[in-house]
Amino acid sequence: MANENFEPKITCFVCNWCTYTGADLAGTSRLKQQPNARLIRVPCTGRIDPVFLIKAFETGADGVLVSGCHPADCHYNTGNYHARRRWIFFRELLNTVGIPESRVHFSWVSASEGKKWVDVVNGVIDKVRQEGPFEGYKKINNEFALPEEVEV
Amino acid sequence: MKIGVFICYCGENIGRTVDCAAVAQAAAKFPGVIHSEDYKYMCSDPGQNLIKQAIREKQLDAIVVGSCSPHMHEKTFRKAAAGAGINPYMVEIANLREHCSWIHDDIPSATKKAIELTRIAVEKVKYNEPLIPIRVPVTKRALVIGGGISGIQAALDIANAGFEVVLVEKEPSIGGHMSQLSETFPTLDCSQCILTPRMVEVYQHPKIKLLTYSEVENVEGFIGNFKVTIRKKARGVKEDLCTGCGLCVQKCPIRKVAKNEFEEGLANRPAMYVPFPQAVPNLPVIDRSVCTYYKSGKCQMCKKVCGRDAVDFEQQDSFVTEDIGSIIVATGYKLYTIDKKPENSPIQGYGEYGYGKYTDVINGLQFERIASASGPTSGEILRPSDSKVPKKVVFIQCVGSRDEAKGFTYCSKICCMYTAKHAMLYKHKVHDGEAYVFYMDIRAGGKMYEEFVRRAIEEDDVKYIRGRVSKIYEEDGKYIVKGEDTIAGMQVIIDADMVVLATAMVAQPEAPKLAQLLGVPYDKYGFLAEVHPKLRPVETSSGGIFLAGACHSPRDIPESVAMASAAAAKALVLFGSDMLEREPVIAKVNAGTCAGCFYCQKVCAYNAIEQKEIKNRAGEVIKVVAYVNEGLCQGCGTCNATCPSKSVELVGFKDEQIFNEICALY
Amino acid sequence: MTMNFGYYPGCSLEGTAKEFDKSLKAVIGKLGVNLQEVQDWACCGSSSAHATNHMLSVALPTHNLLLAKQQGLENVVAPCAACFNRLVVAQHEMATDEKVRAKVEDILERPYNNHLDVLNIIQFFDRVGTDVIKEKVTKTMEHLNAACYYGCLLVRPNDITKFDDAENPEAMERVVEATGAKTVSWNFKTECCGASHSIAHTEIAVKLSKRIIDDAIKHGANVIVVACPMCHSNLDMRQVNMKKQFPNHQEIPVLYLTELIGLALGLDAKALGVDLHFTNAAPVLK
Repeated sequence: MANENFEPKITCFVCNWCTYTGADLAGTSRLKQQPNARLIRVPCTGRIDPVFLIKAFETGADGVLVSGCHPADCHYNTGNYHARRRWIFFRELLNTVGIPESRVHFSWVSASEGKKWVDVVNGVIDKVRQEGPFEGYKKINNEFALPEEVEV
Repeated sequence: MKIGVFICYCGENIGRTVDCAAVAQAAAKFPGVIHSEDYKYMCSDPGQNLIKQAIREKQLDAIVVGSCSPHMHEKTFRKAAAGAGINPYMVEIANLREHCSWIHDDIPSATKKAIELTRIAVEKVKYNEPLIPIRVPVTKRALVIGGGISGIQAALDIANAGFEVVLVEKEPSIGGHMSQLSETFPTLDCSQCILTPRMVEVYQHPKIKLLTYSEVENVEGFIGNFKVTIRKKARGVKEDLCTGCGLCVQKCPIRKVAKNEFEEGLANRPAMYVPFPQAVPNLPVIDRSVCTYYKSGKCQMCKKVCGRDAVDFEQQDSFVTEDIGSIIVATGYKLYTIDKKPENSPIQGYGEYGYGKYTDVINGLQFERIASASGPTSGEILRPSDSKVPKKVVFIQCVGSRDEAKGFTYCSKICCMYTAKHAMLYKHKVHDGEAYVFYMDIRAGGKMYEEFVRRAIEEDDVKYIRGRVSKIYEEDGKYIVKGEDTIAGMQVIIDADMVVLATAMVAQPEAPKLAQLLGVPYDKYGFLAEVHPKLRPVETSSGGIFLAGACHSPRDIPESVAMASAAAAKALVLFGSDMLEREPVIAKVNAGTCAGCFYCQKVCAYNAIEQKEIKNRAGEVIKVVAYVNEGLCQGCGTCNATCPSKSVELVGFKDEQIFNEICALY
Repeated sequence: MTMNFGYYPGCSLEGTAKEFDKSLKAVIGKLGVNLQEVQDWACCGSSSAHATNHMLSVALPTHNLLLAKQQGLENVVAPCAACFNRLVVAQHEMATDEKVRAKVEDILERPYNNHLDVLNIIQFFDRVGTDVIKEKVTKTMEHLNAACYYGCLLVRPNDITKFDDAENPEAMERVVEATGAKTVSWNFKTECCGASHSIAHTEIAVKLSKRIIDDAIKHGANVIVVACPMCHSNLDMRQVNMKKQFPNHQEIPVLYLTELIGLALGLDAKALGVDLHFTNAAPVLK
């Protein structure tokens, strides 16, 4: 494992009602987890635009985790179904935009699943650690970087 | 924009694993932050004062508090900010406790994470905008759907508090299943005797508008402001003229043309009928599917005998629209009567019990009718096939309930009690008869419930056998019940004269359709879902819509009544104020860029997106754009993510805010 | 148009249930159906394997399914109910239990490539179409009151066989009625015939089978129709013992579903193997 010293950066998009609250529960239950995940709270997974994911990779994330309410448990009735449907299409396009599918993770974690959340987070961190840093966009960013003198 | 950052130690809760002072120092250097400090307990009075003071002194526009989860104290800090004169929505929380200090041990990496979480919040708050809670007026009028005991109770409670109620019942009479019951456990009170006065009270109440033989057709609007369309099915009888004399029913020449629904198919009724003698309202209905007039245009006997000319063959369904502030759903249950596995259903049949095949294998409600003094046998226990007194009756509990292999995992809750009651009633009426009960467990939780079951066993000599029945078949006029006694560890074979199946309670088949109309979630069995099983048991996730009785889950009469009163109380809480305030986190449309594709409309689960015409000065329509109904929008943001031109924005979670958060990382 | 089906006869149809095979082959010719036998098929693992070695009981049917797949078949008709049961149960285990699958693949030294439609004889006629049968009937069987007997293997376990109702099945009735015969409503459609004890404890099988026969007669049947060789041998052959044991025993002919259809299609009883039964089938051959 060449990547043992590598600490991956994971951006997580989680819904307010299930996964964010589930992560809160993991906190109140003092369930230890690796410190690599950063959560961005949205009301519902339905709010998540696939562009957010691309943006996360572009700005340096090595992995992305999207997590929301279980099917049929959405606080907003159907938001997670839209998210799931979007993800099915978006997955097909990942290759085109140069993001390996293995770096994007999707899960359902309910407000009562603190333990599951810890397992999901640790699992994603471990997997991305195995894969190593995501270099794809860094290279592109360098290629397309504006010359220093041109201030925008 | 001038931003202030406040980092809380939460005593030692955050301070132990996060170097709070270092976080505050780092935050001070973030662009836009002009004030940053840390304090032991930010949520305490002195802590809040610290925030207020900084806002006033440094003229802050927005603040970020690094503390516990926003679910904990977001409201507290918003209030503090508002107290210091800035808009409460100019506050963001960095969750340094549940999402950082409590889940990590290593101080340097936790501190690093805390700094990043704070930076995310700072970057988000830069795009926050002042918001004003939405205020909408309240229509102080309730709709109760379902006129069983739950609906009756809820309607009376609200009406007695002085508010108008519209009570809708799909059957020709109110009363529901309770009106079919013979006696009620554990007191053996006569069901009709305690229910009928309530039904009459509903009918006579000046604040209750009773619409029977009617169904909810459409629901529009939102909490405090629903518009409900109700279909009044054509009775064929003019309600204002009919006196309920019953002559038409007596003279209808086709006496036994249809199964009597109220008698659970154990008797027949004419085409012109009143469901049962105590019906409220006491008005007859023409069953058009069987009436001679609608088949051949002949007969018209009812019309001829009616002294008030109240029979109207040409009557059509009519529609009424009501303005409603709160809706209580009390649609009740049905009994599971599937004798065969339905096609494409996970539910299996009970072919082995022969329900539907053998006349004397009946369900619980049918037994209620047989035992009822007003029933087809006038309360004498006679079996349906040959009207003989059954000398040996087997009662089987949990038919469908608690049986995953058959489709239902849940316990129907009332069957243990009503089976004990049935066996008891049977023994009271047939002294030399034998009653056997097959059970899995006896669940008699409730005041005087366990004592009631013991009475059946000890005083009335009902024989309880713990075990399941594998098969029932008919042999020489007897029903051979093959079962297992798991306590004795042996096979039991009983040659019964009649078998009563305590079939599971299931949701009304139309419940999911109604739930979709109301925007209320439901489970895979069709039972409607509450918001929180412990603390908000009668509220639904749709504001202003409450649940009462067995539409939510199997429950008995006292529980249904309690739930109905609770739902009524919730509606009354709503009616206690003239205006409603709610979170302003809702979607907004930029009419300038909206191309009118209405994808947003398709994904909205709340029908909150409407079409709005944009006109030029000459008053001509130049385009049609999306428009968000503030009252309906719940703020999920699915439209925002769907909009191809990014013309819909979810205030509080706008694209800029989220992109800024993303870019703040790493 | 000829319909094509794969065919897995199994051992019974070459031995005790020869007439099942014979009648099936006679019938398909009339119905315009083509059966292609799975070449070099092996034992399905019924009885002996699944009572002694679980792995073998999955590996054997899987081996046969792989043969069928290799041969390019899309479905397989298994007229013997035991074969049908073994094939679908194995298929289910391979699909749901990864450990079993890995082990079986190891045993067979071949990867398992999934699904194939396994049809029992009733499903087969359903596919062919009751309308097609009705059309081709030349000799209506309206003089028959048939008790359709399913036994256990066709319908259980129901979530795996996914065939009709486990307790009160009616699929066979639909096929039988296509021949013009009436069907009776009776109690013991799926009651145990005692097949597993047939050899070791014949008396049990006789007792259980007699109950079934008596109930069918009591409900007005003049013929029992079966779709399983075990059912057939117990209900047909054991009537010999019944007559010895119970002097008042009333005989009733037991026909395979294929034989009944064959008779309705005007085929000769001998060509269908009806003459091979222990209990005289003459009363039904009007």
